[in-house]
Amino acid sequence: MSQIQRPLSPHLQIYKPQLTSILSISHRATGLALAVGTILLVWWLLAAATSADAFGVAEAFWHSWIGRLLLLGWTWSLFFHLCNGVRHLVWDAGRGFKLKTAYASGWTVVVGSVALTLIAWIAAYVVRG
Amino acid sequence: MSDTRLRSPLGRVMGLGSAKEGVAHWWAQRVTAVAMIPLLLWFVIALIGLTGAGRAAVVAWLHAPVPAIATVLMLIAAFYHMALGIQVVVEDYVHTEWLKISVLLLNKFVAFALAAAGIFAVLRIAFQS
Repeated sequence: MSQIQRPLSPHLQIYKPQLTSILSISHRATGLALAVGTILLVWWLLAAATSADAFGVAEAFWHSWIGRLLLLGWTWSLFFHLCNGVRHLVWDAGRGFKLKTAYASGWTVVVGSVALTLIAWIAAYVVRG
Repeated sequence: MSDTRLRSPLGRVMGLGSAKEGVAHWWAQRVTAVAMIPLLLWFVIALIGLTGAGRAAVVAWLHAPVPAIATVLMLIAAFYHMALGIQVVVEDYVHTEWLKISVLLLNKFVAFALAAAGIFAVLRIAFQS
């Protein structure tokens, strides 16, 4: 089939970045990041099911600085995707489309995901002692 | 002809039109999203409680029926949701047909393999005597 040369809308660099568009692409980015994270979740579960040695290797990785940094990233990704996912579900119900509401819910997601991440990590360090 | 009014003659002769799948993909994405709201919150809280507790504590936790079942449900919802989400991203950005089909196949295979591995790990711990 021959391609019809239709006029195209301007590409991304033409538009000014806005909270709504940044959060939209962040939802995809965090989703993909979490997909990668599931590999390490499964590794951790398999290690727990296998032996003390295997679990020790997984634990050593999570306790390393790179492991902690990745886990911090995944914690925020999870809470962001969760909060913004709820925002999407509200939109699916046909609510929250007014510009002001979309921005208010957007900032709520940003602040909420950061707050939940901090709470989770503080709680984890308290538990660990 | 009343049932073909909205379709072009070319589209009709080529058999184009509804794939008879409707909103199944969209709906499954939402169902798994809603399911994961309580499951993930519960899982994250459980993981915080297990921080630095060692393998014995993780094994004892997954040995109990409710955590084992909830973790399996979480894994099913997560990997189903992940496969659907990555599929949309691939369909949006990969336009070379053979590559798109290959990546979509790989996506399904990896999602099922990771889900099977994760569920196997949980069940192995749960059924250990």
